[in-house]
Amino acid sequence: MSDIAIRVQELGKLYRIGTAAARHDTLRDALASLVRPSRSFSGQDNKASNGSHFWALKDISFEIKRGTVIGVIGRNGAGKSTLLKILSRITEPTTGFAEIHGRVGSLLEVGTGFHPELTGRENIYLNGAILGMKRVEIDRKFDEIVAFSEIERFLDTPVKRYSSGMYVRLAFAVAAHLEPEILLVDEVLAVGDAAFQKKCMGKMGDVAGHGRTVLFVSHNMGVISQMCPQSIALREGRIVDFGDTREVINRYLKTLQDGNRAYAIEDRFARYPDRDIVLTGSSLLDQDQEPTDLVIAGQPITMEFEYRTRNNPQYAEISLTIFNQLGIPVSHLNTAMLAGPLGPLGERGHFRCTLEDTPLPSGSYRVALAVHLHGRRVEEHESALEFDVDDSGFFAHQSHAALQYSTMLLRHAWLHGKA
Amino acid sequence: MIEQTGMITEEASSDEPALSSFASLVDIPVTVIEPSRGLSFIDLQAFWHYRELLYFLVWRDIKVRYKQTALGVIWVILQPLASMAIFTILFGVLLDAPSGEVPYPLFAFAGLLPWNYFSFALTRSSTSVVTNANLVTKIYFPRVMIPLSAVISGLVDFVVSLLVFVVMMVLFAITPTWAILLLPLFLLLAMLTSLGFGLWLSALNVRYRDINHLAPFIVQIWMYLTPVVYATTLIPERFRFLLSLNPMTGVIEGFRWALFGPGVTDTVLAPAFVALSVGIALVVFFTGLVFFRTTEKTFADIV
Repeated sequence: MSDIAIRVQELGKLYRIGTAAARHDTLRDALASLVRPSRSFSGQDNKASNGSHFWALKDISFEIKRGTVIGVIGRNGAGKSTLLKILSRITEPTTGFAEIHGRVGSLLEVGTGFHPELTGRENIYLNGAILGMKRVEIDRKFDEIVAFSEIERFLDTPVKRYSSGMYVRLAFAVAAHLEPEILLVDEVLAVGDAAFQKKCMGKMGDVAGHGRTVLFVSHNMGVISQMCPQSIALREGRIVDFGDTREVINRYLKTLQDGNRAYAIEDRFARYPDRDIVLTGSSLLDQDQEPTDLVIAGQPITMEFEYRTRNNPQYAEISLTIFNQLGIPVSHLNTAMLAGPLGPLGERGHFRCTLEDTPLPSGSYRVALAVHLHGRRVEEHESALEFDVDDSGFFAHQSHAALQYSTMLLRHAWLHGKA
Repeated sequence: MIEQTGMITEEASSDEPALSSFASLVDIPVTVIEPSRGLSFIDLQAFWHYRELLYFLVWRDIKVRYKQTALGVIWVILQPLASMAIFTILFGVLLDAPSGEVPYPLFAFAGLLPWNYFSFALTRSSTSVVTNANLVTKIYFPRVMIPLSAVISGLVDFVVSLLVFVVMMVLFAITPTWAILLLPLFLLLAMLTSLGFGLWLSALNVRYRDINHLAPFIVQIWMYLTPVVYATTLIPERFRFLLSLNPMTGVIEGFRWALFGPGVTDTVLAPAFVALSVGIALVVFFTGLVFFRTTEKTFADIV
């Protein structure tokens, strides 16, 4: 028996840019392209990169030993999900190959295939089968799943009448009882309330403890460092780091800051002689105060800005404006609205601003920052912090709000009355 | 799961990568993932492995179909009866279309029985991959199961209408002959035909949403090109072979032959024509399967 569970060699995945825009191709286009044959249906030709293609993954090689739990980190678009999709055989690689020793279970989403019209009981069977469980296996674990989900009383109610919390709990309960030899998990813990998340993490920890091989993608550095002794860091489709999780995360967060905001302090002081305070760095912290680079809509997020001062200023007023990717200011936050001036400042320190609910639609955001000292604007930054938001857990049933119609998500309820 | 002998092999050879990976073939299923080239055909092993999922997909389809409807499964009975009544008035009474020795209502019903099944199965299967996009992009399983489950789930409605038909046979006092035993064969042909076209259309629909608009239109036109509510004798003899280029002609004529018995209607096409229908259905099915299997790799990327 080999002790290798997953072996990946020079794996690559090429995408055609504009796939999203051109996805509802029409027959007319196809007929037109018959006249000038350019692309084949299977996308096998046109491989030469001519600017309209990009490598979502490139030259990925690694080996994972049986029974290890590996974290995969990287920004949005780094290729994490593509890697999991290839390993779970949802999409094909363009180059290279992967060898998987053992039965694979993949969890790219909780509640895949849930049907709103079906009852909780029916959905357990349906979802279980979709995740690859045999019927006898589901029969055997049924009571355990129901107990884990805490929805006993609503077992025979259609899930469309469930609250979003119940829905997620049931979906995760099924997924958590999946027992393949190799488990591929993508960011599924980002949903549900904090208490249930803890429970799920405990369950995932058990899974890892039973000699299973787990590949775990998450933006949540806290979860990764807690569950995965080793991690892979991806950037722009390539592996940039693989090793001990704490070290990988440290290096990764450093590159995030280096890449985004290389603030040479002395430079800034020299460049702006009238500024007695400058920004030296910024980061995002999740609800456990662990560094992260993804904002989950519906969960608290803390923006941290580090500073240095000179000439001993005492108090600062901070204002932040959050812009979405269309450049629309979504919200303005100001110490004057709540806390009043922050200080005394000292030589160095940080400001933190925590958003309680983060009702933002999925997308990329930047935060502009301005610092006032004694009523005078002394430091400003067009993009002091950038982050991506995932809103899939904000409402029930994971529907994404369309960015062109939403700049924010509102908690709401529907009611129907008849005259 | 892991046999004792395999463990020993591991102990002995764990330092030698070549040997140990060879040994792993014995114990653990190895999946190799690599870019595929050329055309693909059916992977029966994977299909067998996921057979329970097929069952659940069919089960879901059936379970969900008449949820939150007041009449529920009565719709299955009402639909063919209503269309039979309308066609009886239009063709049987007003146009006085020939129906052999069989009363026109029964003649029309015998045609509508497989036709309604076909039109349901084809419409459902052609949109099936797109409507199940959430599964396609999140889970691996043989994609062929999606259109196949649509084709199978239509059988429930078919069986219910068949029971209604049996009641009508009794009312019209028609005794079936031994030919009725061959009915399942023609049903199989109907399934094969709808699956064949369903495979083509569902794979095309992933890229070209035109199919969503095209499929109902095709089905509507197709019905009039098929002797569903009229007999083949309406068509001049020298053009009749054109009808048999349509695999559904074989199905419908076969149904009438099996239900009413040989020789009862003079409308039935010659066996050679039926054989041609079957041949075309087989060609559509196998080419559809290859087309579907070859394009399915890109489904998750473009659906």
